[in-house]
Amino acid sequence: MSAAAAPKVWLLHLAVIGLLAALQFLLPDYHHGVVAKVMVLAVFAIGYNLLFGYTGLLSLGHAMFFAAGLYGTGLAIQHLGWSAPLALLAGVVVGALLALVIGLLALRTTGVAFMIVTMMFAQVLYLTILYFSRWTMGDQGFVLPQGVRAVDLAGLRLDLTDPATRYWCALSLFAVALFASLAVVRSRYGRVLIAIRENEERTRMLGYDTFSSKLLAVVASGTISAAAGASYALLFGYVGASFASIQYSILPLLWVLLGGAATTLGPLAGTLFMQYAVDIASGFTSAWLLLVGLALILLVLFFPRGMLGTLRERWLGWLP
Amino acid sequence: MAFGPHLLLATLEGLVTAAVLALTALGLSLVFGVMRIVNVAHGEFFMLGAVVAWFVANAIGAHPALGFVAALIVSPVVVGIVALVAERLVLRRLNYDPEATIVATIGLLYVLQQLALTFYGPDARPVAAPFSVRISLPWFGYSGYKLAVIAASLAVLAATWFLLARTRIGLVMRATQYDRETAQAFAIPVDRVYAGVFAMGAMLAGLAAVLIVPISQAHYLMGLDPLLLSFIVVIIGGLGSLTGTVIAALVIGLGDGIISAFFQPTLAKMIATLLVALVLVFRPQGLFGTTAR
Repeated sequence: MSAAAAPKVWLLHLAVIGLLAALQFLLPDYHHGVVAKVMVLAVFAIGYNLLFGYTGLLSLGHAMFFAAGLYGTGLAIQHLGWSAPLALLAGVVVGALLALVIGLLALRTTGVAFMIVTMMFAQVLYLTILYFSRWTMGDQGFVLPQGVRAVDLAGLRLDLTDPATRYWCALSLFAVALFASLAVVRSRYGRVLIAIRENEERTRMLGYDTFSSKLLAVVASGTISAAAGASYALLFGYVGASFASIQYSILPLLWVLLGGAATTLGPLAGTLFMQYAVDIASGFTSAWLLLVGLALILLVLFFPRGMLGTLRERWLGWLP
Repeated sequence: MAFGPHLLLATLEGLVTAAVLALTALGLSLVFGVMRIVNVAHGEFFMLGAVVAWFVANAIGAHPALGFVAALIVSPVVVGIVALVAERLVLRRLNYDPEATIVATIGLLYVLQQLALTFYGPDARPVAAPFSVRISLPWFGYSGYKLAVIAASLAVLAATWFLLARTRIGLVMRATQYDRETAQAFAIPVDRVYAGVFAMGAMLAGLAAVLIVPISQAHYLMGLDPLLLSFIVVIIGGLGSLTGTVIAALVIGLGDGIISAFFQPTLAKMIATLLVALVLVFRPQGLFGTTAR
C-alpha cells in the first residue's frame, strides 16, 4: 500500500465502477436485475468487511443492521407515510443508532463471546420483528407499493421501480460505499484498525484508544449495512423477517471470505460469485444451502484468503 | 384448571425441557471446555439424532419399544461417527483455530440441514414412545414417558459425572482441558482426546434428541432452538463446568416451561435471549463459573 501505487489503485476502482456502468447497457433484462441486487448486497458485504476483514471482529449478527435499515425505511413509508428520501435517511439513522448501542454493549466482550453476543442480539431483533407482526407482518413481510418508491428531485421524478433507474441508484450507492471504504482503509484510522486486528494489546500500548476505534468501526460497519438494507427496501420493495434471520448474518461472512477478507473489491467479487453460483445451482437442484455449507468449509480449509486475497498474495501486492 | 395445578403442570413440562437441555448443553460445554472451540453445528447433531431415530424406528417397525431401544443405541452412534468424520476431515486440519472452526461448523450446519431436508423431507414426523402409561394425578393425567425422560437424563448425567471425575478417561480429559501442552508433554494423546470429546459431545446431543423425539417430532429445522438454548445454558452455567451446566439447564428449562405457560412464547424467548446476552456482556464468566482461563 505504498504511495506510489495510489494512482493505480484509484484507476482500478474507477475502472470497476465504469465496467459496472457499461454493463447496464449490455446485460439482458434478467441479469440486469441480478447485478443490481448484487451491488446492493455487496454494500452490505463492504460494511461487514470493514469490521471482520480490517478490524478482525467476527460478528454473527450483522443481519440486525441490514434489517434495521430495511425496517426503518419500510415501516416509515408503510405506517408513517414518509417520502422515500426521508425514509431512507430514517433507515440509515436507525441502523447507526442500533450499531452504537450494540457496539457499546458487545465490545465489552472479545473473541468467541463477541460472536455469540452479536448473534443473540440479532436473534432478539428477529424475534421482536416476529412479535410485532401487527406492524411488520412477521415472517410474511410486506411489499411497498410502487407509487411511494419514487424520489422527487426539483421537479424531476425518479421512479425507483424502473429497472434502469434502479440500476443507477444501486451503482451510485455501491460506488459511494466502495470509495468510502477505500478512503477509510487507506487513511491513518484504517491503519489503526488493521493494527488492532493484528495485535490489540500492542496497539493499546502504543497509545491508541482501541475501544473508541473499535466502536467507530462497529458504527461505520453497521451504518453501511443499514444503508444497504434501507436501499434494498426502496429498490426492491420487499420487507421481510427472513432478512433478519441468522442466515443473513452468515451470508455476508461467506461473501467476504469468498471474495477476500480485508480487500476493498473482495465483497463485490464474493457476492457476485456466490449469487450466480446459487442461481445456477438452483437451476438443477433445490439444495442450494448445501452449496453454501460446502463453500464455507472448503473456503476455510483450502482458500482462507479468498479470491482477491490470493491474487494480492501471489501477484498483485499493491491491491488495497 | 386452577392456578396451583397449572403451575405444577408447567413445572413438570419445564423439568422435561431441562432434562433434555442439560444433556445437549453438556455436550456443547464439554467440547468448549476441553477443545476451546464453539461448535455451531451442535444443534444439527441434535437434529440428526432425532432424524436417525425416526429412520431406525421405522425400519424396525415391530413393537414401538423395540424400535425405540434400537434408536437409542444406533442414533447416538451414527451421530458420533458423523462428528468424528467432521472432526478428522475439517477441524483437525484447521488446527482448532477458534474463528476458522466457527466458520467451518456453520458450513457443517448448512450441509447437515440440507442433507436432512433432501433425504428426510420437510415434514415433522413422530417416533412412537416405547410405552404409554399415564400417571394420574388428582388434577390431570401425566405422561409416564415424560417422567422416564427426566429419569434417563439424570442417569446419563450421573454417568457422565462418573466418567469425568472418577475414571482415567476423565482424568485425561481434564488434564487436556487444564493445559493442552503440558498434557501432551506427559504423553497424553491430545489429538485423540479431542476427537473423542468432539464425538462424545455430539453423541450427548444425539441421545437427548432420541429421548425427546416421541414428545416433539423430528424435523430438519429442529436444531436451531437447542443450539441457542445450549449456548444460553453454557454461558450462564460457566463454560466447561458440569454442575453449572446442570443448574443453568434447570433454571432455563423451568423458566421456559413456566414463562411459556403464562406468556406468549415469542415474547418469552425474546426477553430470555436479551437477558442472557446482557449476562454475557456484564458477567462473561457466567453466573456460576469462575474466571475463564
